[in-house]
Amino acid sequence: MQAQTKVTQRTAASASGNRVNVLAFSGDISSTSKEAILGAYHGLDGGSSRVLLDFTGVDYINSSGIAIIIQMLLEASKTGARTIAIFGLSPHFRKVFTMVGINKYAALHVNEAAALASL
Amino acid sequence: MKSGSSVHVHLPSELGYEKVAMSTAASMAALMGFSKDRIEDLKTAVAEACINAIEHGNNLNSSLTVGVVLSSSDDQLEVKVIDDGAGINAKPVAPDIDRKVQGEEDPRGMGMFLIQALVDEAEWHQGPPGKSFVRLVIKLDKESQ
Repeated sequence: MQAQTKVTQRTAASASGNRVNVLAFSGDISSTSKEAILGAYHGLDGGSSRVLLDFTGVDYINSSGIAIIIQMLLEASKTGARTIAIFGLSPHFRKVFTMVGINKYAALHVNEAAALASL
Repeated sequence: MKSGSSVHVHLPSELGYEKVAMSTAASMAALMGFSKDRIEDLKTAVAEACINAIEHGNNLNSSLTVGVVLSSSDDQLEVKVIDDGAGINAKPVAPDIDRKVQGEEDPRGMGMFLIQALVDEAEWHQGPPGKSFVRLVIKLDKESQ
């Protein structure tokens, strides 16, 4: 019954010229999203240490979905080599991500340009 | 909308159906004149309460349903989410993001915290099967309408 999560990958250049891997999500982010999200993250090449998560196409996120993003932050922290940033969250989910504390480990930006300027 | 109205929804104990309760709560709150921000808060709180009821209260048992009762009054919307479990005997705890990112705490387990943080009142009641429920309330702020 749960809606699917679609993840597409592309690359972008940060304002300082660094290569950035962008993972763009669409659909719902819930407990069934784990394989799609972490699978895409694990599939990123090691050529760039910068990862940008695009939530523009996401309508629904629940606490199980937020836990998957935390799992990604945990893995990024363990390897110690990746910087993760986020953009495209609705004002409500920016608030929720901040309440949970995700902004301490992944900067939340209003749009892609602002995110790329910071990476 | 007439004050004192109530809507009853019965959800299958299958993840995903929380969105039906979420949409119903959002529609009712919109009819009552709640702001978009408050409706978004309510949607997340109702979804999390239903997920807890489906997963933990009814253990994803397809023969059980989750009851959702939405009741309006002049100044508030109350939502009760009822399941067949024994109820929750725990207090909402704020997530410790440092411990979660270090792998010292389960990344999950934020539902109760979000519910309490997003609505004006949240109470968990324990009872016999079909009588355990969480009660959520959001209040109309007349000055912001």
